Amino acid sequence: MMTKTILAVDDSGSLRQMLSYSLKAAGYGVIEAVDGEDGLNKARQQAVDLVLTDQNMPGMDGLSLIRALRAMKGYQRVPILMLTTESGDDIKAMGRAAGASGWLVKPFDPARLTEVVKKLIG
Amino acid sequence: MTIDMGQFYQVFFDEADELLAEMEKLLLALDVSAPDGEDLNAIFRAAHSIKGGAATFAFNDITEVTHMLESLLDRIRKGEMALTPEHVDVFLVAKDVLTMQMDGHHRGSSVDQDAVDSVCRRLKALSQGVAADAAVPAPAAAPDPSPAPVADADGNYRFRIELPDVPRKDVDALAAELGLLGMIAQETLADQRAAFTLTTSETQDTIVAICAFVLDPDDLRITHDAPGAAAQAPAEAVSRPDGDPGYGLFEPEKATPATPAADEPAPAAGPVADNGNPGRRATDREGANHESSSIRVGVEKVDQLINLVGELVITQAMIEQRINALDPIVHERLLDSASQLARNTRDLQEAVMSIRMMPMDYVFSRFPRMVRDLAAKLGKKVEFVTRGAATELDKGLIERIVDPLTHLVRNSVDHGIEPPEKRRDASKSETGRLTLSAAHQGGNIVIEVSDDGGGLNRDKILAKARQQGLPVSDGMPDGDVWQLIFAPGFSTADVVTDVSGRGVGMDVVKRNITAMGGTVDIRSAPGAGTTIAISLPLTLAILDGMSVKVGEEIYILPLGYVVESLQPAAVDVKEVAGQGKVVKVREEYLPLIPLHQIFAIEPRFEDPSQGITVILETDGKKAALLVDSLVGQQQVVVKNLESNFRKVAGISGATILGDGGVSLILDVSALLRSSRQLNADPIFF
Amino acid sequence: MSYTTQAPTQTHIPASIEAAADGGGKEFLAFTLGREEYGIDILRVQEIRGYEPVTRIANSPEFIKGVVNLRGTIVPIVDMRIKFNLGSPTYDQFTVVIILNIAGRVVGMVVDSVSDVTTLTPQQIKPAPEIGTAFDTDYLIGLGTLGERMLILVDIDRLMSSAEMGLIEDMAA
Repeated sequence: MMTKTILAVDDSGSLRQMLSYSLKAAGYGVIEAVDGEDGLNKARQQAVDLVLTDQNMPGMDGLSLIRALRAMKGYQRVPILMLTTESGDDIKAMGRAAGASGWLVKPFDPARLTEVVKKLIG
Repeated sequence: MTIDMGQFYQVFFDEADELLAEMEKLLLALDVSAPDGEDLNAIFRAAHSIKGGAATFAFNDITEVTHMLESLLDRIRKGEMALTPEHVDVFLVAKDVLTMQMDGHHRGSSVDQDAVDSVCRRLKALSQGVAADAAVPAPAAAPDPSPAPVADADGNYRFRIELPDVPRKDVDALAAELGLLGMIAQETLADQRAAFTLTTSETQDTIVAICAFVLDPDDLRITHDAPGAAAQAPAEAVSRPDGDPGYGLFEPEKATPATPAADEPAPAAGPVADNGNPGRRATDREGANHESSSIRVGVEKVDQLINLVGELVITQAMIEQRINALDPIVHERLLDSASQLARNTRDLQEAVMSIRMMPMDYVFSRFPRMVRDLAAKLGKKVEFVTRGAATELDKGLIERIVDPLTHLVRNSVDHGIEPPEKRRDASKSETGRLTLSAAHQGGNIVIEVSDDGGGLNRDKILAKARQQGLPVSDGMPDGDVWQLIFAPGFSTADVVTDVSGRGVGMDVVKRNITAMGGTVDIRSAPGAGTTIAISLPLTLAILDGMSVKVGEEIYILPLGYVVESLQPAAVDVKEVAGQGKVVKVREEYLPLIPLHQIFAIEPRFEDPSQGITVILETDGKKAALLVDSLVGQQQVVVKNLESNFRKVAGISGATILGDGGVSLILDVSALLRSSRQLNADPIFF
Repeated sequence: MSYTTQAPTQTHIPASIEAAADGGGKEFLAFTLGREEYGIDILRVQEIRGYEPVTRIANSPEFIKGVVNLRGTIVPIVDMRIKFNLGSPTYDQFTVVIILNIAGRVVGMVVDSVSDVTTLTPQQIKPAPEIGTAFDTDYLIGLGTLGERMLILVDIDRLMSSAEMGLIEDMAA
């Protein structure tokens, strides 16, 4: 079976490392990106099966990245999960409008992360 | 699956240290009366990022302080609250407190809880818009020393206050008194004691102070939680109740937004990313992406590494040069080792350079929109294609290539690609094709702007050149004719449109590229299109140089400026009264710049017909530099002369030669500028 | 030939003076130019080297000898003997270059010889006389007395950053 690849976008190195480690431990391939722009570039270079993106990042933020990805060839149906520290409804609504598939509130523990990722891409 | 979170702590600490330092720097530079929105955002983001990390790793005390800091910053950056000097003071104190807390977790050093409480109090007071000095007295002993609570969006906290067994009238009095602070609810506990739930913007200290009128604060039990979503309180979020998954998925049909256009065939002027074959580099990057750990290094360290490798490359080239003179049969093994060394050196150089590299996509990505808008404005149909967007270029160069490329792309849409009707008449597809590509060729990157338009018009260019008084002949090879469009002020557009062709021309493009150590070439065929190829060195740190000798001194000329070198016949050197000498080269009279005269060197030859003249060109101006002899061509590592010395006229930098000595790199532009006003007195002194 | 003083204390210091270092004394590197002995703050001294061939910088004053490669950085070399008309500017295996690091900028200074590192207490430092030294008093800290010896203490930061030395860009320009 092909390893599923996940693009993890977060400006925080520790969070990125945590995401990467947890997802790899669960058998996924992980590509890391440090901000929206980097994420977009990496998504362009390689097709991924799922995108996890932080919301608040310098430069291109998570919502802009989601919008840009949705406008990109091959990314219309790829699940995009938004990581957010706010669990307010407005941020969820904005994420939904931008084209996110779901949200995950930070902080989360690795088990929760892999649980939702599994739900999305198996 | 259990994962030891402890393994990520170090990264978090390092990152938080950096963020705190950055926050402090920004705070100190902040203009309180007119703060820059971007700076406020950056400060907010720093607090936000630390909070996120701290919450993830369950450093709840840090989460709480950063949360208050973040909330206040959020209001300021949104303009809900004006920034005051006091804010900045408190933020700086908060930064120190966070550093202390961080050290507590990281190194086990002691944490001054009073300082933590104090800064929380001040932050909270400020978020309520009151002066935050010692107005709120610190109680002698807080009965519950737990860290400060977390406010909700309105700056409110929810406290649960369990009273000791006190008379009913005291309970009522307290309820009334505390009720003044906010919303209060009362309940009776199983053991008949009373308990309040108070939602207030006041601090726990205030509550304690009020209760202290009727009871011993030590007997109070106060706990706090944030109203609203449980996830709002990071301290609790880590141990979120099982019922709350902390995530959610939107309805499937909503997961696919209504932007299906990109799945369909690209519209006439839409962008087409031809990334089918990103090449080896893309694959390399992909491999690197799977590497989970990364370290942050200062740019200067990277540059130092690049310099050292550059020197290694030069040393290796010298070894290669020397052993090539050896008998290949006798020294077979030495030669084998040397070629192994050459390969290793090249690989090492490439690997080291890649640290500073960024994909060309950084530049390319801004063009699809521009091309579409331009094409629409001009009534043209243009299909825009990029190739090799993953090709990497030095960060310093990539930022400087944007303007020249923008100009070239505009030119192609404006002057290159014909209007649809004209294309139809020429039996071409109505939609023109504009290709932007990047590829590595040897040690260079070649960036091409290519269109399938009408091509350059040789006769028109020649006519225009004559009109401008440029030396041209009908028999000139195409390549030389195309180069004429780089002459200052040259424009071949039939109409000067508002898109390009006015003011800045190709001469600026050429000058920018030359300044980056690159070259520009043009290929064009009538009716088939034009390709402008920019060739750039992969990095600024290394330069292709020609070393020349005057007297006992060796100087380096950047090869990009060198047209040719020759020894002029005595008859071709003429004295112009008061203007120095000129040299006749291919029907052109070029000013002669005797390097020995400019740099006051005792030369071997003063007579140009005995020495060598190097023809240099920049900004469309040529001159002949007189030197004693050419030494050779080599890659040199560019060193800054001004790090320890002042700027020297006529010198752009220095380099270290294979023998450890220093050689100076000539500033060709300055030399040529001087040649235009060269007279009996040298302008350098 | 070159030798480095990694830390000033590596140089031989009489025990009595070393002890004085705790009493607010300051360490100076003593060197000679002509017949005078000078002292500069040891903290500005990066290392001491022999003289190596330099690359001349065209159109510079005569006392700026040129630049050398010091472990990959380009460092200017000034000859104080020429600058202040002291001693004889000869270059041989005994010529000494003091490499200074002043606010991050590195410069080499040629002197006749280096004597030692001495500690001077504030009491041993007297104000500089108005006349009688090759240096402008603006560049002097004072005169240090050490038994029979007298050190002319030079404010090397000020001297090397001065327009007179021409080592850095003229701020006014």
